[in-house]
Amino acid sequence: MSRTTSPESVSGAADSAAVEIPPAVDLSTTLAGVPFPNPIFTASGCAAAGRELNAFFEVSDLGAVVTKSVMRDPRLGRATPRMAETPSGMLNSIGLQGPGIAAFLENDLPWLVEHEARAVVSIAGGSVDEYAELARTLRGAPGIALVEVNISCPNVADRGQVFACSATAAADVIRAVREELTGGSQPPVFAKLSPDVTDIVEIAASVVEAGADGLSLINTLLGMVIDPETLRPALAGITGGLSGPAIRPVALRCVYQVHAALPQIPILGMGGVRTGEDALAFLAAGASAVSVGTAVFGDPGAPMRIIEELADALQVRGMSAVSEAIAAAHRPAGTPLRGAGAAGAPVGELV
Amino acid sequence: MAADPNGQGEAVTQVAGQALALPKPVQLRSAQVLRVVRDGAYTRIAVHAPAIVDAAKPGQFVAFAVGGPASGLLLRRAFSIARIGPAGTIEVVVAPVGPGTRWLTQRVAGDRVDIVGPLGRAFPLPVAAERGHGPRALLVGGGYGAAPLFALAGSLHARGCDITMALGAASADKLYGVPEARRIADRTAFATEDGSVGVTGRVTAAFDPLLSDIDLVYACGPMAMLAAVARLAKAAGVPSHIAVEEAMACGIGVCMTCVLPVRPRGTHGAAGVRMVRACTEGPVFPGDAVQFDLIGKPPPVVTASPASPVPDTFEAPI
Repeated sequence: MSRTTSPESVSGAADSAAVEIPPAVDLSTTLAGVPFPNPIFTASGCAAAGRELNAFFEVSDLGAVVTKSVMRDPRLGRATPRMAETPSGMLNSIGLQGPGIAAFLENDLPWLVEHEARAVVSIAGGSVDEYAELARTLRGAPGIALVEVNISCPNVADRGQVFACSATAAADVIRAVREELTGGSQPPVFAKLSPDVTDIVEIAASVVEAGADGLSLINTLLGMVIDPETLRPALAGITGGLSGPAIRPVALRCVYQVHAALPQIPILGMGGVRTGEDALAFLAAGASAVSVGTAVFGDPGAPMRIIEELADALQVRGMSAVSEAIAAAHRPAGTPLRGAGAAGAPVGELV
Repeated sequence: MAADPNGQGEAVTQVAGQALALPKPVQLRSAQVLRVVRDGAYTRIAVHAPAIVDAAKPGQFVAFAVGGPASGLLLRRAFSIARIGPAGTIEVVVAPVGPGTRWLTQRVAGDRVDIVGPLGRAFPLPVAAERGHGPRALLVGGGYGAAPLFALAGSLHARGCDITMALGAASADKLYGVPEARRIADRTAFATEDGSVGVTGRVTAAFDPLLSDIDLVYACGPMAMLAAVARLAKAAGVPSHIAVEEAMACGIGVCMTCVLPVRPRGTHGAAGVRMVRACTEGPVFPGDAVQFDLIGKPPPVVTASPASPVPDTFEAPI
């Protein structure tokens, strides 16, 4: 299938029916037992809470909307400049500007539910207690498919050391969140890990031990741009998070390594996904679903395009389901693509 | 004109409605470039984009993908809409300052570009009046920031406004739209820093003497110029509406990079300041709401919860 693009084709709300999936391809996937109609999600911080993107396509057509990390209190974030373009990427230093959890639950989550989107709610905190309080506030809130815990935040109690860079601190956060979200009706908890660590498998194992149901891989890499005129850091925050295709090989490496070490743990993969082929590479490395982040900034219709491209990419390889592609890179060389994986246990469900 | 589909008499309602609604942009993945014209230091690019033209109003902007599908330049470049119509065309004015804008100025008629628009909020317009009985409007442009003022001038003329245009730039080649200003405005004032056209110095020097006969100010250009315009307008007791130029990653309201400190009407002190998106809450703001002295400084730590999805408090008196 190829999308017919007339010179004036419009990707607007009225055009959302134009998403064409070959009927032979089953795009559905599951993460920690939660079903999703397709594996293409937005990425936290790259889709706000879904409203703006709904002008370009129906948010219900996404696998899920991953909302911008919300903290306990409203925040205005950092000074500007907050952004610098880099080769095949960008740096950002926003400082988690946001409405706070109360306004999020009052305005944003109900909007997503009303628009039939599956919501992955990302939370962020400056202390273990703040994460626990956020998780407690989410208890029983309707319409949360998963909770993603953004642990790439400075730990106020440890001189600003980032939680995600310490196996112990990362585990403390996840344990606290997990304790607040126990019980059958509570959503699974995913820990979002930073690649800026010596051994990401060690951190992954630590948060899984602490109760994480799955992992989101990866957050941005810390980077810097120097303004050529002032010879000062280009960002007001001095350093920023690097995202975009520039980080894709790092992200794929992280997904691959973690899946190899913890094959039963479901992974939401992300980092520089721009095309359906990119998404397929993440599935092959071991992800069960894929977030599209920075690509949305340059191409607001990217998630729908990528869903179509992924379906095409599976079909041209003779594959009929997303499940056949998951972890394909871990199979012995020469394993046929078609039919693989589907017969085995679904990733993320303990056997 | 296409920019004013609601006709006369609905301006105030229309402004109030805009303040509450999110923009409804569309993405045209393959819009045809119709015309590429060098104009001094700038390049004017006209694109066939009927779906954008239908909704566009002066002050809104469009965002172009640059570099082609495999480009390492991921982010769009935003340009205010310089001309709306006729026949489904929009025109933007591009200054080739980096690899992305250079790529754009190298397009030729017949090429295809990916554009998103219309984005942001338009200039609010006064209630229509008989010709010559509308407010006396001053339109101030800095460099190619003057681009959106010509479509605005058309809408203001239709509402009976008397129009003064003041344009400034570093040098004559960077002074955009002089012939058009002479054609469309009731009076003009020009300033260049090298003195090659008009008054020598900043544009503020060109229009300051005229402010006593002005009821309403509009401006678009560099932030330092906008700060000066807003300050002078406030001192003269005249409302101003300024369109800001901010670096944007997305242009559609999701990335939170293009924010600037704004104090909604009726609030006081640091506690009222919000960091609002230039792309969706702006790019047009009341001049006295933007806290120019706080740009680039760390925002206050604690604040009231920002309204969601967009504040409705940026309406200014006309």
